[in-house]
Amino acid sequence: MSECIAGRAKAPNALTITDKEFFYGHKACAGCGGSVAVRLIMKVLGERTFTVVPAGCISAVGFMYPQLCFTNNALISTFAGTASMMSGIAAGAKALGLKDFQVLGIAGDGGTADIGLQALSGAIDRRDKVIFVCYDNEAYMNTGIQKSGLTPLGAKTTTTPAGRNIRGSRTRKKNMFEIVAANGIDYAATASVGYIPDFLNKINKAKFVDGTSYIHVFAPCPTGWGTPTYCTIDLGKDVVDCGLWYLAEYENGEFVLNKNPKEFTSVKDYLSRQGRFRHLKDEDIEQIIRDRDRKWEIIRKSWKTKKN
Amino acid sequence: MNRPSITKYKTPVHISEYPVGPCYQAGHLVTENAGWRTEKPILDKEKCTGCFYCYLCCPEGVIFKLDGKIEIDYSFCKGCGICARVCKSEAIVMIREAKDGADGC
Repeated sequence: MSECIAGRAKAPNALTITDKEFFYGHKACAGCGGSVAVRLIMKVLGERTFTVVPAGCISAVGFMYPQLCFTNNALISTFAGTASMMSGIAAGAKALGLKDFQVLGIAGDGGTADIGLQALSGAIDRRDKVIFVCYDNEAYMNTGIQKSGLTPLGAKTTTTPAGRNIRGSRTRKKNMFEIVAANGIDYAATASVGYIPDFLNKINKAKFVDGTSYIHVFAPCPTGWGTPTYCTIDLGKDVVDCGLWYLAEYENGEFVLNKNPKEFTSVKDYLSRQGRFRHLKDEDIEQIIRDRDRKWEIIRKSWKTKKN
Repeated sequence: MNRPSITKYKTPVHISEYPVGPCYQAGHLVTENAGWRTEKPILDKEKCTGCFYCYLCCPEGVIFKLDGKIEIDYSFCKGCGICARVCKSEAIVMIREAKDGADGC
């Protein structure tokens, strides 16, 4: 396990972060949460970053020939092979004797939790020095909003439509953060575009990890969620405040909770703002709250609490 | 320049002008995104405190710093309204884009 990864370098903030843009002129929908995440990650990691992007929104909006929106070295990988391609790049760069570089993978929730899971597990097992980022917009948005392994209970997608008998997704969100932790990863963290300083801090930490790191960032999608475009950042904050998402880290074999809200804000308010949850009845919302409370009981009992 | 700028796209006229490999120059932009907009953000410089939170939140990266305040690159702004929403000092307002483009941009 890596030790003393914190405190190597201060995380950049709004004043100190580079003015250079590495993801510019892309064709993502207005108000895209994933784009906020990608843009900030690239700014923290800098120019000497090899970026691997599998099929998903970011590759669709970033590589529209001849419009290429990444201003550093970026390539599209196979859907299932994001992490293995990152391993190959890291090995190749090492063989060439390159110094001071980062290998970054940016996959969506489907490319992480469903299709890319096996390759990711392999990279963690080999302890390759790569950073895997999952921008979680809770469905396959690029292909037209199909359910993924990270779609939460009750969400309406085109493959889990809301009808009279079945109300949206009947499965719960996969616990990706704890899945990668169980693989014995060096550094894993959850973040949200609603808490940007925390997010920047975590990317900066991942930069100095001697081994694999995984960052799971919650990124609202106005098109798929049926929300106004200006709400993206608000929703990223609300979801943490109401307890349906948490900010945590896993390092040195321990889970650490970064934000422990004394009181949760209303889950109903968070859900009712989104078109994909509009069909939910009170009993469905109660079920979601029960799930949340059960999860938080375990978190509060067994995880450490430390502000980031 | 901190942001890539537009390069004029030369339409290939002969087969030999088409790219052979699957790679291309990074940061090569040929089209703007301004036409996507129905509303555009207008900044009140007096009210801007220079906290740069909107700069961090912008999905497009079109907000940039200039002399301790912000400026907006309208050629790539899609008018999502996040900047106006997150601004604590209410220095940014969204106004409807004029049909004839009379108010610039």
